[in-house]
Amino acid sequence: MDRQHTRSPLARASGLGSAKAGVEHWWAERVSAVALVPLTLWFVASIIAHTGADHATFIAWLRTPLATILMILPLIALFHHTALGLQVIIEDYVHSGAKFAAVIAVRLGCFALACAGIVAALRIAFSG
Amino acid sequence: MPDSTPKRPRPLSPNIQIYRPQLTSVLSIVNRITGVILSVSAVVLVIWLTAAATDPQAYAAVQGAIASWIGQIMLFGCTFAFFLHLCGGIRHLVWDTVHGFELRSIYASGWAVVTASVVLTVAAWVASLVLAG
Repeated sequence: MDRQHTRSPLARASGLGSAKAGVEHWWAERVSAVALVPLTLWFVASIIAHTGADHATFIAWLRTPLATILMILPLIALFHHTALGLQVIIEDYVHSGAKFAAVIAVRLGCFALACAGIVAALRIAFSG
Repeated sequence: MPDSTPKRPRPLSPNIQIYRPQLTSVLSIVNRITGVILSVSAVVLVIWLTAAATDPQAYAAVQGAIASWIGQIMLFGCTFAFFLHLCGGIRHLVWDTVHGFELRSIYASGWAVVTASVVLTVAAWVASLVLAG
């Protein structure tokens, strides 16, 4: 007799179903989206303003504290939002055993990329 | 546990192959596709930032790849995907406040997303080209 059979129907149902951790996921996706609206617009505007700029000019701008902060903040919000969004897509379309592995891979990959991006921004900020 | 396996195959839910594409359904899947495109772009963003942190040569190599014609086409696609996802996302945030669900509003906001995305993409590239001289 496995565990599923020894438990009552109520015990099996409680805490499961559609409201498992969906609210937190849904809410985090919205909060990160709201944060990303001004942060990404700032980023795109900054990139446009630096079209054709050489490495020294670009670094000189990115080294300013405000530019560093406004580069790190969107990296955090972006990869949080990316992990949440890709997880939903995987859960909707992947129904094999690869689903679990794919969600974990996306989550860890987003952590690694956010970390790499933040380190790059800090290296520029504290260089020289 | 009760056996939930159907005794005979049941009809599947509406098949997307036999449905005429509508603005609502197209924008729904576009928000997902642009999300995936932007996820890939985010990887390029980290590569670009890491190159800038490494040295001028690495930065020049990445900038050169972006400046190539294929790089520019991809960057243009990314820009359009970004504005589509941004405007579509704002539309979703408005929906989350339980506003704009009337059929008229849904089509009005849908066309607004398409128009705003095109205008913003063109504006961004015109601004960039003007500043580049």
